Amino acid sequence: MSVVRVPPALREETGGAREVEADGATVRELLDNLSSSLPSLGERIYDGEGIRPFVNVYVDGEDVRTLGGLDAPVREHATVVLLPAMAGGSARAR
Amino acid sequence: MATYRELLQRVKAEITEIDAPSIDLKGDAVLVDVRRHDEWEQGHIPGAIHIPRGSLESRIEGLVPDRNATVVVYCASGERSAFGAKSLAELGYLNVSSLAGGFTDWKRNGYEIDLPRSLSPERRTRYSRHLLIPEIGDEGQLKLLDSRVLLIGAGGLGSPAALYLAAAGVGRIGIIDADIVDETNLQRQIAHSLDTLGSPKVDSAKRSIEALNPDVEVRTYRERLTSENIDRILDEGWDVIVDGADNFPTRYLVNDASVWRGIPVVHGSIYRFEGQVTVFKPGDGPCYRCLFPEPPPPELAPSCSEGGVLGVLPGIVGTLQTNEALKLALDIGDPLIGRLLLVDALAADFSEVRVAKNPNCPVCGEHPTITEYIDYVEFCSR
Repeated sequence: MSVVRVPPALREETGGAREVEADGATVRELLDNLSSSLPSLGERIYDGEGIRPFVNVYVDGEDVRTLGGLDAPVREHATVVLLPAMAGGSARAR
Repeated sequence: MATYRELLQRVKAEITEIDAPSIDLKGDAVLVDVRRHDEWEQGHIPGAIHIPRGSLESRIEGLVPDRNATVVVYCASGERSAFGAKSLAELGYLNVSSLAGGFTDWKRNGYEIDLPRSLSPERRTRYSRHLLIPEIGDEGQLKLLDSRVLLIGAGGLGSPAALYLAAAGVGRIGIIDADIVDETNLQRQIAHSLDTLGSPKVDSAKRSIEALNPDVEVRTYRERLTSENIDRILDEGWDVIVDGADNFPTRYLVNDASVWRGIPVVHGSIYRFEGQVTVFKPGDGPCYRCLFPEPPPPELAPSCSEGGVLGVLPGIVGTLQTNEALKLALDIGDPLIGRLLLVDALAADFSEVRVAKNPNCPVCGEHPTITEYIDYVEFCSR
């Protein structure tokens, strides 16, 4: 089981949880499992075929795109970070 | 027992002396000035390096590792340098000479000299806590006074950046922002105040900077950055860009322009309790498009109406950006190049992920597909 850290921008999809757990020996398995337990979170980061271009997934601090993409291995108890692009600088009310 | 004069004569007989006309400043000879710091400060031979006589033996290897290098040692009159030259020969330097007549004759005969700039007594006092740090010192402070930093946005991130850059003595600060100061800004945008409500943010920030430090020249751009105006603003010449924009179109414009112009960008962004900081230095690391190749489509962009941010968070992230900007301007330390710092204010947790340069990056990759500015559509209407 790995720990998946969820940034505030995606916490709506986890009911506010900062971290969720997911299983998987590869990034694909892990994201598939995450998508089945939290479909709306999965939808935000993963389109079933690939990781969306405006979201990054890091396993133990490394961008999975540099580790072999969806086939990249995920060790037991890895730390996975989900990171969507954020633009805010002054977070003005709009 | 020998007198000083006798010793000097003996040493001079053992070393080679060189006359000023034989020195080619454009050649590859290394000129080593062995006078005291106060003598050096009043002028020296252009291109010379300064190693006071007392540290010559201990520091020469670090500065001139090649024993075959042509080294010309000089002092004020050619005496200290004679002893210095002898010492270097003993250290194994094979082509050492001492400048006959020293700097005094050099100057008297009208040869070129460099007059180092120095800090006025007022600046020496104002920046004393910088001058005390060896990594900054007089030279670093003069570098800061010569540096030019452009702020994208005078909001949450731009406010602390503007104030701390100004306090540090950055010589020119540019500020781009089209907005007006309103009451909702004051919870975090500390460059503005009740007195400037209703004024353009650039004017309000300029006022705060000028109240803090008259050494800073402030250039204001009360406009929204677009493909139309970006070249005009960047043409004014900037060493570092601090990106505190609040929208994707601006961030991609700034990125593409900075890659093409080779200007480092200190990136910061915030949302609620969380922030991100990194440095994109063209040629040295990834760019924003290596991190996120394209902006999210409107339906998947973080919901704008649910923004909001803890007031101090832009202070934390904006000062981290300022730290990076000052390091880049001073050329010291390890900037956050290729590292994205994630700040979680709620957990008081700082962590890092690696950002690799993408060889297929559409802008900085090996075969760029984006070669002109793109004006993306703003996703949230105000």
